[in-house]
Parts: sequence; C-alpha cells; structure tokens
Amino acid sequence: MSTPLGLPTLRSGTADVPSLPDGVRLGKKDFTSGSEVRWCPGCGDYAVLAAVQGFLPELGLRKENVVFISGIGCSSRFPYYLDTYGMHSIHGRAPAIATGLVASRPDLSVFVVTGDGDALSIGGNHLIHAMRRNVNMTVLLFNNRIYGLTKGQYSPTSEVGKVTKSTPAGSLDAPFNPVSLALGAEASFVARTLDTDRKHLTQVLKAAAEHRGTSLVEIYQGCPIFNDGAFDVLKDREESVARLVRLEHGQEVVFGAEGSQKAVVRSASGFGVEVVGLEEARAAGREPVVHDTRTADPSLAFALSRLDEPTMAHVPVGVFRAHSRPTYDDGVRSQLDAAREASGGPGWRASDDDLEALLRGGDSWTVE
Amino acid sequence: MSTVPDPQRSPEQPAQRVDKQVEVLERVVIRFAGDSGDGMQLTGDRFTAETASLGNDLATLPNFPAEIRAPAGTLPGVSSFQLHFADHDVTTPGDAPDVLVAMNPAALRANVHDVRPGGTLIIDTDDFTPRNLAKVGYATSPLEDGSLEGYRVHALPMQSMTVEALKDLGLSRKDAERSKNMFALGLLSWLYERPTAQTERFLTTKFAKRAAVLEANLRSFRAGWAFGETTEAFPVRFHVPPAPAERGTYRNTTGNAALAYGLVAAAHRAGLPLVLGSYPITPASDILHTLSGLKRFDVTSLQVEDEIAAVGAALGASFGGALGVTTTSGPGLALKSETIGLAVALELPLVVVDVQRGGPSTGLPTKTEQSDLLQAMYGRNGESPVPVVAPSTPADCFDAAVDAVRIAVKYRTPVLLLSDGYLGNGAEPWRVPAVHDIHAVDPDISTDPNSTADDGMTPQFRPFLRDPDTLARPWAVPGTAGLEHRVGGLEKADVTGEISYDPANHDRMVRLRRAKVKGIEVPDVVVDHGGQEHADSDLLVLGWGSTRGPITAAVREARRRGLRVAQAHLRHLNPLPANLGEVLLAHSRVLVPEMNLGQLALLLRGRYLVDVISCNQVRGLPFTSTEIVEAIEDVVAGRVRPTPRRDAR
Repeated sequence: MSTPLGLPTLRSGTADVPSLPDGVRLGKKDFTSGSEVRWCPGCGDYAVLAAVQGFLPELGLRKENVVFISGIGCSSRFPYYLDTYGMHSIHGRAPAIATGLVASRPDLSVFVVTGDGDALSIGGNHLIHAMRRNVNMTVLLFNNRIYGLTKGQYSPTSEVGKVTKSTPAGSLDAPFNPVSLALGAEASFVARTLDTDRKHLTQVLKAAAEHRGTSLVEIYQGCPIFNDGAFDVLKDREESVARLVRLEHGQEVVFGAEGSQKAVVRSASGFGVEVVGLEEARAAGREPVVHDTRTADPSLAFALSRLDEPTMAHVPVGVFRAHSRPTYDDGVRSQLDAAREASGGPGWRASDDDLEALLRGGDSWTVE
Repeated sequence: MSTVPDPQRSPEQPAQRVDKQVEVLERVVIRFAGDSGDGMQLTGDRFTAETASLGNDLATLPNFPAEIRAPAGTLPGVSSFQLHFADHDVTTPGDAPDVLVAMNPAALRANVHDVRPGGTLIIDTDDFTPRNLAKVGYATSPLEDGSLEGYRVHALPMQSMTVEALKDLGLSRKDAERSKNMFALGLLSWLYERPTAQTERFLTTKFAKRAAVLEANLRSFRAGWAFGETTEAFPVRFHVPPAPAERGTYRNTTGNAALAYGLVAAAHRAGLPLVLGSYPITPASDILHTLSGLKRFDVTSLQVEDEIAAVGAALGASFGGALGVTTTSGPGLALKSETIGLAVALELPLVVVDVQRGGPSTGLPTKTEQSDLLQAMYGRNGESPVPVVAPSTPADCFDAAVDAVRIAVKYRTPVLLLSDGYLGNGAEPWRVPAVHDIHAVDPDISTDPNSTADDGMTPQFRPFLRDPDTLARPWAVPGTAGLEHRVGGLEKADVTGEISYDPANHDRMVRLRRAKVKGIEVPDVVVDHGGQEHADSDLLVLGWGSTRGPITAAVREARRRGLRVAQAHLRHLNPLPANLGEVLLAHSRVLVPEMNLGQLALLLRGRYLVDVISCNQVRGLPFTSTEIVEAIEDVVAGRVRPTPRRDAR
C-alpha cells in the first residue's frame, strides 16, 4: 500500500539555514580553527581544505549552523581544521550519523567528509542509502585510490593489478567508479573535480552545497606518499587539456586542444556514448551530445561517467547530475508537521494532557 | 460482586438459558494453543484485555515460533498464549495451565504435558483426522485411547460449529473456519464471565473496512458465548473476583508498548525531541512500530539500512540536541558496539534498547533470554563503561525507560536498557502515572561559553570542562554561536577537547569516564525479608530483569513452606547500587537465578568476592516458580553449596 506524500516544493539546500545579517561577511580566517594541520607535506588535502575554507564564506551562512562530519582516514581529520561544529566519527559511518542530524535539524548545512576506503568500502552501505534517500547533505569524497592512514594498502578505487603491501602480486578486484556508483544509487547531485584545480573545485563545491538533497562530489586527490603521481596526467597542463572533459550544463560535450578537439557522441549501438574527433563527427553528421544535468533520466550522465577508465584517456569532470527531487529529511519533517496539524491545527504541540491521554489509552479502567 | 455482562446477541441465536452453577475461583491459568495461523495470539490478547478491564491482576506469556506460518498442523508450528489471572497479586504467567484450549492435535500434543493433573482440556475435534494425528505422532486418537483420563476433557467440534453459525454469510468453508478462534474466545469469555463489549469494539475497528469478515468474527464470537450458555457440556461457569488494587487509572500493557511510552514521556518531560534510529528485529520491532505512530509527540522514527546506521542516526540526532534512541535485540547490539563506543568517547546522551532473545547468533528470535548482560557491560573495545538499566516486569518497562533517559541526559552518556522477549511481549495491568509524577530531567543545553581564554577575559567554550558533581560535560549543539567545537573518537584532552595522545591525559580520561558512570545516582537495593529480621534469613535470592515475577512467586511459596528467604532485585546493573556489597555480605548464602549461564553471578563474584550460587536455565521461556522453589530448597537443605575454596580444605 502506498500513499500520496504531498511533499513540499523544492528549494535551495541552505534555504532553512540562517544567513548572516546584512553587511556581515565572514572570511577564510573565520572558518579556520586553531588546530595544527597534520597531513603529509604535498598532500592534496591541503588544497581542498583551503578551497573549502575559501568558499564557505560565499554561502553567507552563520558558521555555527555549519557542521562537518567525517569518518576515518586521512581526509577525515578535516573537521578539526574548520571552526564550525564538527564530528570525527568512526569508519564509514558518517553518512548515517549525518542522516540523523539532518533529519532533526533543518537549520544546518551539513557536510560529510570521507575517502575512497571510508565511503566505498566499509561505509558503502550507508553511502548508497543516503543517496537513495536524498538526505540534504554534501558529501566530499576524497579519492586518492589508496589507503593512506593504514600505510598504503589498495582501495576499492585502485586499478586492477595494484601492487601494495597487502597485494604483492597485484590486486584482483575491479574498482568502483564513484560517479557511476552514485548515479546508480539515485543520487540527485553528482560531480567530480580535482584537488589541484582551485577554481573548478570551488565552483563545484558551491553548487553542491546549494543543491537540496544528497550531493556527491568526487575529488581526485593526490597522495604523495603511497600513491604518488596517480593523477599526474591530469595535472600536466597539456595532458590535462587533452584528457579532461569539462561538463557544462546545456553545452555540447567537446574537449581537447584547439585543432585536435574531440567530441562525445551517441555510440553507434544507440546505448552509451563514445569519443570521436570533432571534425570527423561533424562531417559524419554526428553531433556532440548536449549535457543536461537537470533531466530526471540519469542515462546520459551515467554514459558520460563510463568514459572514465584506468588509463585516464578522457576523464569527465564537473557536474554530471543536478536533478531536483524531494529530500528524505523534508519528508520526515513534513510527516511530523502533518501529524501535529491533524491533532490540533498548525503549530500544535503535545501538552501534558495529550501525553496523559496517550498513556491512558482507550481501554483504561479506574480503581476508586 | 461483579455482574455478568450481557453480550449483544444476534437475533438468529436466541439464548435458551440453562441454569448454571457459578463457582468462585481465586486464580486461573489458561493456555490457548493452535496453529501459528489460527490467531491464538490475537485470541489471547483479547481475553487478556477483557480480563484486565474486569480488574483481575494478570500476567501473560505469548509463545510462538519464529516462522510466520510453519507447516500447518505440525508441532513446530504450534503457537500458544498463556494467561494467569487472579483475585490477588500475580507475578508470573503461571507454571502449569489449569485450562488448555487446543485447536488441533499438534496443539494438544505440544502442550498437554504442561497442564496440571486434573486440569481442563477444551479441544476442537474437527482436525482430529487419522492423517493429522499421524502428522504429530499420535498412533491412536488421544480422544479415544484413554490417554487423557487424568483431565476433564471437553471435546467439541468448534470449527464445524463456527461454519454452521456462518452458513448464511456465503463464505467459503475455508474462510468461515478462520473465525474459529473467535468461537473459542466467545466460549471462554462465557466460561469465565469476561466482559465482551471491548472485544466487539476491537473487532469493529479492526475490520471496519471488511464488512463480511467483521460479521463472521462477531457472529463466531457470539456463537461461542451462546454455546457456553446453552450447552449442558459446561454445567459450571467460573467467577474470578477482581484483585484489590491501589487507587488509580489502569490499563493493560505489553513491555514493548510501555517502554515506547516511557521514552516518549521522558522526552516530553525533558522538552527534547525524540529521534529513533532503528532496524527491524524480533522481538524489538513493536517498539519501532509504536514510536512510528507517535509523530504528533515530536517523535521522529527513521527505519534505516542497518543496525549500525540506526545507532549512528540516533547519535547524530543527539549531537544536534535531540534525544537519540535506538532499539534492537542481541545480534543488533553486537553490530552497534563500535558506535556505542563512539558515544562513550563523545559523551553524548543516547538510549540503546536491547530486547534480549536467545543467542548466540540468530539463536531463538522469538524466545526470551537474559544472555546479553555481559555484552551490554563489556561488548566494546577499550575501557568503555556504559550504564545498564533493566526493567523487571512489562509495566516496569515504562519506569525503566524514564530512568534510562534521566541517566543518558544528565550524565551525557549512552545507556543500555536491557529488556527481553518475555517482558516485551508479555502483558500485565499498569497503573498509569500522572504526567507530573514522571521524572523530568533538565537537558541543560549550553547557551554560553563556560570558560575564558588564557587572557582571563575572552569567553571560550571548553567542551570537556566537566560538572564537578556529575562529571558530565556540557552539551552544546550546532546552531549556538560561540560554542563551535569538534568532537570525535580520538582521545580528547581533558577540558579543552583537543586531540591528545598524551599518556597521562589518556589515563586520566579513561578514569574520568569510569568515575562518571560509577558516580551515577541509583537507589539502594531494597531487601524484602518477608517481615522477619534479616539475620534470620537462611538465604537471599537476588535477581535482575524479567526474573522478578517467578522469583517473587517462588519466595512466597518457600516462605509458605516455612523457609526464611530474603529477596532483592536489581534495576541497575551498572553502576550497581552502593549498598549491594553490604547486602551480599549480610547473607550467608545468595542464590542468583538467571536466564543465562551465570552472567550476573560472574559480575558479583568479580566485584564483591562473594561466592553466589547460580540457578540457570536457557530454554527460551521464563523460569517457572517451581524451579526456583526447588533451587531454594536445595540451597537451604545444603544439597547445593557455594564452590569450596581451595584454602578452606
């Protein structure tokens, strides 16, 4: 049996979060805690921290209404370095903990900071269910394709054949593509960005925070100690131009240097997409696909996510999907409101008498 | 004194009154037994509600298989519901039924050996076919072979009579047969003079949208009553007068319902929203169901993806200033361990309810046990002290829940509330408290900095600056300006809450967390000496949780037999009452009955160096009082002694 839910209309992810009074602006410093940052020199996490501290003021929110919840791993130290409310929880569980917080507190902007091991291995179940439910939170998934804090074992995003201390003969299991996984789990906002591209990172994070629902942002993040150079081809200026497919809503999906541009077109089979030379495509009448983040059908976004492969010949980055659908926490709260309203009209709260009536129930008797 | 209620009779069944004798009884134990699809639990529930409203004291024991519909007519598929009601205070569902209602051969076979000699058997004979008899291993029909000679047998074709009563409704025989439980209920309601209006009202509500089903059930119920009234098979009906009770408003409740209400009432009194994170598990799911229907009381219920997410969501809500609650049973508690440890480190309020069942592993999902005590106490990594509270009767689940909330909120700690399957599903009358009598804990949520920076001027918030009396840390919630802080599972520096790997700090924090739990205010344990000087008691019987009923009954019986027995019962397992050591030392012998293999005994021996004597069973059912009486007699007679100490030889 199902019932129409009559859920509220959709708004920004921070619509219920108190904003700063007019004329008051916070800066990066306001979001920086006194804790000494303790990541390895050269770690990509520094760049992400700086970007986050830099973009948070742009949201215009009161910082006491911002919460960071993390799991376990190098990236999960993140909350300690931000002067907001924060919880460094346990391995893999941050999305579940955040779900309880978000469901009961509409006035908070909640971020989950996690890594490839935390989110996709031990915490895989919580991540997919948070996305399925569309809980209003922003998940920053730092993907360095390795376990750093435990000193270099392969992770669920490591390429097959990865030689590590725990896989001296090479790892056997095929990796997850986090973007494909998120789209498959019905995430309403899915994006990918890089730790080294400050501008892109900031842009994507801001869009993610403002999206109402679960926003999953995969951040390619370098680990100089245990997986050095994993993303070098994307960081080299020339190579990155040739390989990065920058997705923009409403734009044709084309990439590559002037003169050797490539296009993403519908594949001949009719399912999925493929990469061909732009000139060649146009000559054959195969127009590049036009990216649409807002459509309810995630098929094209999923097809684009499949362009990514271990050789990183072409890596789509940007927002894959930003589709509006009802969020779990809004639904939870509206059911509470409806129950109260049915009991005594708008704004009704249970009194002591109401509680006493509940405790007595319908079948009570009195002994004089 | 009570008048015989006049059931509404359908016009086609005019009563031809046969004069019946009325015999007055002090107490009766009835067991309804049938196939798991026969509606025996519903029948028992309704008979219980009728009995409760009549003012008898009562205790119930539902007993059913884990399979939703085990193969029909087989022994493993038998479901039963036992009810003990009396004109005086009762503490157990009764050891041996006086009356067994058996709806088929399997129900008879599985239960008849429990009935007291000379007891009454009311048997539906319609299913006593050679095939059904063979299915449960009867070579000959017990109705004919004389094997039931020791009982008063009423062999009645209840199924056929039900079908006959419904014949003009146009139902298939199969559908008509489904109402036979209501026929049995009607008959028993007549036999014991139960009021019927409530059951009729209940059926009317339950089947409001299914007119044909409603009519079939009402008619069967009335037909059962009318049959009792008119048949000569039952020349006597029985009257059990109401039990004396304190003034007040009463209702019947199961432990799971009382526990849910206790959580809601305590949260309401504290002014906190209640957020439940839960995952369905037997026998705890009814708490989830009850709380899910109480949204108007500011109760958010989240059924999430697993047990870990359930406790995580509850803890996340507590971080946000709600009362986080999670409900589960043993296997689920195992999964929650790590998060409970996190709650110990974060020092946030959290109530974890474990409705214990038979273990290990999946164990006996629908049967009761008390074997999670050590898991509750120690089932986490590190020194991870958690207060443990145990209700002792179904109605007591309300008070225990209120107490668990008090401790969680006042001391900023996860609390384990250890109920069990017997308490959860069992029912008894409950004197409903007035709201102003329910303890109201002050959440004392921080609004301002609690300290100043090193300059002595700038206000600063120190998340681990403790209350000197309770050692509780402040509860500052997101949205409060100036109190921004970070918590986490890594060890925190005392006072400041910064990450600290300092050896001395860790040693201090471990001891502080222990001292906080040890210092929780719990009332002294009260010893009942049965009106004698305690020095005269030969033995102290000490229990915890749901064994209270059978222990109380056994101690009463032992005293009737002239033994000098003292009784005490523990509500708080951690911390233990401050006077417990004295109480133990004041008695030369201490008997500890538990539905496990000696978990409280282990704690008492370790803590007090007292050689208590265990009395254990793990059959998935509560103790009978007889078992405990025998254990008491064995100890008093010296047949069972404490373990001899090596140095005593």
